[in-house]
Amino acid sequence: MAVGLPENVFMTTVNAAASWCRKNSLWPMPFATACCGIELMATASSRYDLARFGAEVMRFSPRQCDLMIVAGRVVMKMMPVLQRIWLQMPEPKWCISMGACACSGGVFDTYAVVQGVDRFIPVDMYVPGCPPRPEQLIQAIMDLQNKIQQTGTLNGTEFDTRTQPTGPQPFDREEMWRIEDAALQSKVGGFGV
Amino acid sequence: MCQHRFGSFVFAAKPPFFVITPPCKSKQSGFAANQSGADTPHSKVANMTEIQHSAVLLLSEQFGLDASAWSRNRDNVRVRVDSERVFEVLKCLKTLGGFDMLVDITGVDELEYPNATDRFRVVYCLLNTSTGERLIVLTYVNDPQPTLPSAYPLWKGADWMEREVFDMFGITFTGHPDLRRILMPEEFTEYPLRKDYPLRGRGERHNFPVITRAES
Repeated sequence: MAVGLPENVFMTTVNAAASWCRKNSLWPMPFATACCGIELMATASSRYDLARFGAEVMRFSPRQCDLMIVAGRVVMKMMPVLQRIWLQMPEPKWCISMGACACSGGVFDTYAVVQGVDRFIPVDMYVPGCPPRPEQLIQAIMDLQNKIQQTGTLNGTEFDTRTQPTGPQPFDREEMWRIEDAALQSKVGGFGV
Repeated sequence: MCQHRFGSFVFAAKPPFFVITPPCKSKQSGFAANQSGADTPHSKVANMTEIQHSAVLLLSEQFGLDASAWSRNRDNVRVRVDSERVFEVLKCLKTLGGFDMLVDITGVDELEYPNATDRFRVVYCLLNTSTGERLIVLTYVNDPQPTLPSAYPLWKGADWMEREVFDMFGITFTGHPDLRRILMPEEFTEYPLRKDYPLRGRGERHNFPVITRAES
């Protein structure tokens, strides 16, 4: 005998309910260091209206945020700051790497620019583009909402198993070769030799 | 191929030597008149070549710089001085020559430059704010321990400029009040704009701890 439910009652799981709440009230931390930040601001403005997805509350204190949007290149002097801000954000938290520079260093393959923030902090969504259109960022947020709904749990146990870095190894073999070559060349070539 | 193209460009851009022309000699009183400032109208002082010539006369009088020290690159008049005398030259140009503003200090690493005789070039860009006249002072320093006297006693604005040159090229400025890195992190050990430093660095950019999901 099925128990009859009133029309305004529906059955779900606690995990699904918690994830539904979280995905519709993402509070972004705008880590905007370059021109991607302008597109990020445009996304929050009235024309693109990020408020439609519940993610319009930009907070400049990491303790009030649960979505880090890394918009722009991150240099080696900024990387400890980024990591510190990431660690200050309360769980559960997610990260969007916005633009070519944040994803891979972009055209800035130089001594000071980190070649992708995913080498050092976990990243959930990558947005390609230089800079990406606001629609692309909105698509990334919608995909992230989907991911939260699919994998989210009440107490965040889905994060516990992710003990491996999401990005490439910091010292991949190719980079080691480049470094060795550079060190060799600098020893051989001197001024006036 | 590329080096040849660039080299020929450098040669083509190399200016002819600056020559003191007779009109300057005839206006011998120009410099003194500028200094007194009483009988020289501003419109007359704004004649740029006159001011340039007065600087030429000033430095040739005070330091014996001949025509080979002077050169011209497009609109810029440049003078090359020894690194030992650069502070005295700058002081003379500021106090007597009227070049009262230090616009910039920057450096060039001339490693593997064609026909280069010294390693580092340091460039001081001066400006006469009453006439708009500019003068560029070049000096050269070498490995090991490239050292220059600080221009901080003359212009307080030289503080950060010299810190930047020190950060990028490793040229130390004696007498600087607070000579430490300004752009790169404190723990950085190399000088990145030196030509023997690789463009992609030596791995400093990836020398950070990795934060995983489970740890954060």
